Amino acid sequence: MTETFTPIILGQYIPQIPPSEEYLTLHFSPTAAPRNRRWRNYGLSADFLGDYFAAFFPGGELLAGKINRRDTVKAAVSYVANELLENAVKYSDSTVNIPISITLYLYEQAIIFRVINHATLDTVHQYQTYLQQLLNADMDEFYTQQLEKTAMGLGESHMGLLTMINDYGAEFGWRFSPVSSAETITVDVMAQLQV
Amino acid sequence: MDIKTDDYRVWYDPEANTVFFQGFLRLDGMEAYSPVMSLLLDAVEKQPQITLNLRQLEFLNSSGISMLSMFVVKVRQRGDVQLYLQGAENVLWQTKSLKNLQRLMPGLQLEFA
Repeated sequence: MTETFTPIILGQYIPQIPPSEEYLTLHFSPTAAPRNRRWRNYGLSADFLGDYFAAFFPGGELLAGKINRRDTVKAAVSYVANELLENAVKYSDSTVNIPISITLYLYEQAIIFRVINHATLDTVHQYQTYLQQLLNADMDEFYTQQLEKTAMGLGESHMGLLTMINDYGAEFGWRFSPVSSAETITVDVMAQLQV
Repeated sequence: MDIKTDDYRVWYDPEANTVFFQGFLRLDGMEAYSPVMSLLLDAVEKQPQITLNLRQLEFLNSSGISMLSMFVVKVRQRGDVQLYLQGAENVLWQTKSLKNLQRLMPGLQLEFA
């Protein structure tokens, strides 16, 4: 008998994304070209998204450090978009030929990233277990432990997710829901970045 | 010791005892960083100190940050190496993420310019 998978929501998932006048969606077909060639495209796409959304912000005033608001948005969007795309590709079920999508929604003080990909039930179970640990932990302590573990070469790093949360202050939400066959799960990730 | 592609360059300058990083580094996972890691380990071999100059490295993905953290721990394990990291205060990822490497090795010297 096949296990039934009920939709699960974790973290700060926003069921109804507020209307935004500026948004942009990119789709990536997982099997169109060899992975090493596509990999470079993810980075270029992340840079494009950074440039595109940065153009809505003023360039002159300096924030706390030596980087103005436009350049801060550009670099932060590029980092977050790249990590989200890398994760979506890494954890996607390559046997399911459904494109990965990334949408960015622009607001006055925030940008919402939404990435949708498809993964196997096994991958999703492992990921959910990890997320439960993350959401119940003290972030600072968890980050240090995970960094040490990664540095010692012990297990999966998840440093992408941790740097986005800890270093960039991104707030995450996840929704996992079954596609028609219960073996494939739609992973819907939302990251909210204050800008 | 010099790794050069269209996107990035990493090289060791023995006179300055410094490894320089330049460009955009976002390789596909930790394994893809092994040539860079080898360059770093070769550079630090038998040296009492080493500097990593990251000022012109505009982008490093999280696998690259993991690679740096792995290098920091290798240096820590040696116990007799002074490690200097030079960052740029106008490159966002460096201002956000480099300080975390000091969690692994409090004696690591981090200089921003």
